[in-house]
Amino acid sequence: MKLCVSEACQGHGRCYTLAPQLLSSDDEGFVTIRGGDPIDVPDDLRELAEEVEGTCPENAISLIES
Amino acid sequence: MQRLVVVGASLAGLRAAQAARKAGFEGDLVMIGAERHQPYTRPPLSKELLAGEHTVDRVQLPCDELGVEWRLGVPAVSLDRARRRVVLSDGDEVQYDRLILATGSRPRRWPGAGAELDGVHVLRNLDDALALRKAFDRRPRVVIVGAGFIGCEVAQTARKEDLEVTLIDIAATPMLPLGVETGEWCAQLHRDRGVDLRLGTGVAGLVGDGRVEAVELADGQHIPADVVVVGLGALPNVEWLAGSGLELEPGLACDATLTATGDPDILGAGDIVAWPHPLADGEPIRIEHWTVAAEQGQLAGRNALLEPGERKPYVTPPYFWTDQYDVKIQSLGLPGRAEEVELLECTPDRSRLVYGGERDGRLVGIIAINAARRLGSYRMALEDPPVFDELRARVAADPAALGAPVGAA
Repeated sequence: MKLCVSEACQGHGRCYTLAPQLLSSDDEGFVTIRGGDPIDVPDDLRELAEEVEGTCPENAISLIES
Repeated sequence: MQRLVVVGASLAGLRAAQAARKAGFEGDLVMIGAERHQPYTRPPLSKELLAGEHTVDRVQLPCDELGVEWRLGVPAVSLDRARRRVVLSDGDEVQYDRLILATGSRPRRWPGAGAELDGVHVLRNLDDALALRKAFDRRPRVVIVGAGFIGCEVAQTARKEDLEVTLIDIAATPMLPLGVETGEWCAQLHRDRGVDLRLGTGVAGLVGDGRVEAVELADGQHIPADVVVVGLGALPNVEWLAGSGLELEPGLACDATLTATGDPDILGAGDIVAWPHPLADGEPIRIEHWTVAAEQGQLAGRNALLEPGERKPYVTPPYFWTDQYDVKIQSLGLPGRAEEVELLECTPDRSRLVYGGERDGRLVGIIAINAARRLGSYRMALEDPPVFDELRARVAADPAALGAPVGAA
């Protein structure tokens, strides 16, 4: 599974506060991979990835089955 | 379990259905909704949608490929637990094996004279927002009763269009749950943008003949109004459950796993749920935040597939945000429970600030103004809340902190 974050990200920070194992923030509070390439989600973090996908207020997170 | 029924087709209900499917549930899934709309997201209703920047399409929540039987526009009117049936307004009965209750909340209406006048609005659902948008097109004088989150967001949207806005509240500061200090900062923000802010001001009634013409203040003064927006908070939609035997005060009583007290086949999610949160020392709390609805929905959807002993608790520190003008205000934890609020970090120009809420000497919540990137570190702190002295020491030692407040020890 891969995860990517679109430009719709407004810096709520819910994703990286809930999943620091996967995501982190830049200096403005946006997720660092905003508008960038997808990252790999290890199998043991799939449920967490689904959780942050569903709690993004901007619906900016997409999961792609690889 | 063969048949999962979700009552409430908004964010919490949708996330519950999606999570159940993602966790492998292949049985029947029924979603019952009071509104005729498919699930949509509410935060833009008072901001981008009200401003006319977002269309209706843009607020729809994606819900394809769910394999759901939708029952929209037919509110549930009662629950018969003995027969495991939800009764709908059209008389239909929906049988369930497990049930997720996510009926959300509704706006509190103006309780006094003039509530029925044309031009008096509330803002909760999509139809409310479209009606208010239409009213804004006539460039009305807008008077907002209640300077809570909705009131403040409507004020900022109306000011962006340069409408004349009066914002009234009986409290001494806007957005009371964020504390007095943050409230004063926000009061100044609204004044700077041209809002006529009347704090510590009671409202006697709404005045007009068929159509609202003015808001009468407690001192007898009349504020001319073409549109009045009532923003007095929300009430949980639990009345329909009155005959069910479930506990409903201060909301649907659930345990930490969102399982309804006394019925392991029923779970709750979102605004209606009262559940014990660690930051509230196990006291049941009810939260009306978007992310809590989303996260509780997902957890309830997963937990509904499990037996009670296997279900996971909802312990995440709640997150809330509001956007006003170019300012983003965010909170983490339960700052509304704080006995005192202290400025922990700020930039020298005080455009970025972090406040900490203290209860019984410990951190209970954080409020960040234009300081999103600082939230992550406090989330860790809120999992095991430190005493305030230790918190101050940690902030002082943190190279990523914004800076020490001037005059702090």
